[in-house]
Amino acid sequence: MTAINVYQQRPEGGKAESPLFHAGLADAAGKGKATAGIQLRERKLLGHLTIRGDGHDAAFAGAVHKATGLELPGALTLVSSGESSLQWMGPDEWLLVVPGGTEFEAEKKLREALDGQHIQVVNVSGGQTILELTGSKVRELLMKSTSYDVHPKNFPVGKAVGTVFAKSQLVIRHTAEDTWELLIRRSFSDYFWLWLQDASQEYGLAVKA
Amino acid sequence: MLQIFCPHCGELRAEEEFHAAGQAHIPRPLDPNACTDQEWGDYLFFRDNPRGLHHELWIHAAGCRQYFNATRDTISYEIFETYKIGEKPSVTAKPKAAAPGEQA
Repeated sequence: MTAINVYQQRPEGGKAESPLFHAGLADAAGKGKATAGIQLRERKLLGHLTIRGDGHDAAFAGAVHKATGLELPGALTLVSSGESSLQWMGPDEWLLVVPGGTEFEAEKKLREALDGQHIQVVNVSGGQTILELTGSKVRELLMKSTSYDVHPKNFPVGKAVGTVFAKSQLVIRHTAEDTWELLIRRSFSDYFWLWLQDASQEYGLAVKA
Repeated sequence: MLQIFCPHCGELRAEEEFHAAGQAHIPRPLDPNACTDQEWGDYLFFRDNPRGLHHELWIHAAGCRQYFNATRDTISYEIFETYKIGEKPSVTAKPKAAAPGEQA
């Protein structure tokens, strides 16, 4: 058995900066037009946990449900309850997103419930962030940016896919009728921020706090 | 653009989400120390380069990030099937319709 170093990666009172800290989203917030077709909000500093295990194993699915309160979703889907969500990332991989500050608690609960099983839980909070886009023109912006079909027939609410976007890759999550989330890597956040500003120019972009 | 069926995601995806990763079904010798240099060299470096049907390893790099196998015609680029690692291909000979001369 290897010893796993489980610790509070974002200590209370520590200074945390989101990947888009330098973009000054907080300063831009509220200054956009109310009629803007795209409203952008960074859902920053959330807890992201990657869970890996055998989804066909009832013991694994049961333990994840016990620890998170969420049913293990099937291919290309996302389940959420309140501020938490669980997303299918691959046949043996899921992503749990919890409110910032609770990820250590969530990880400990998962480890306890999954104890003895062949699994992996990794805190990847520092490696990625979520941009939430709302508004009537979001789907049009996505159509310009990705080759994936974002028509509601193919991309209903509750679906989440990893795909190519601009000249890079990210995960698109459809969380509500006019709300889409982009799960992006930390190192690509600046690129996507610049891309989104450019792509949303014709619809108007308003940043929300 | 080609649409490739990912057996893990269960739907057709754009070709740009995928990468080819060479020939499929190459088992690692169970006891590398018992191999002759030639056998080990064949395993490491030598790959088939057929004209026609080929079983290949692909990865859905931008999606679920999983490897899977594909049976592809190297002449017409037609992909006959994709299947998960560990499964056997169901297409092992070129279907009659795609016989020689068609798109050569």
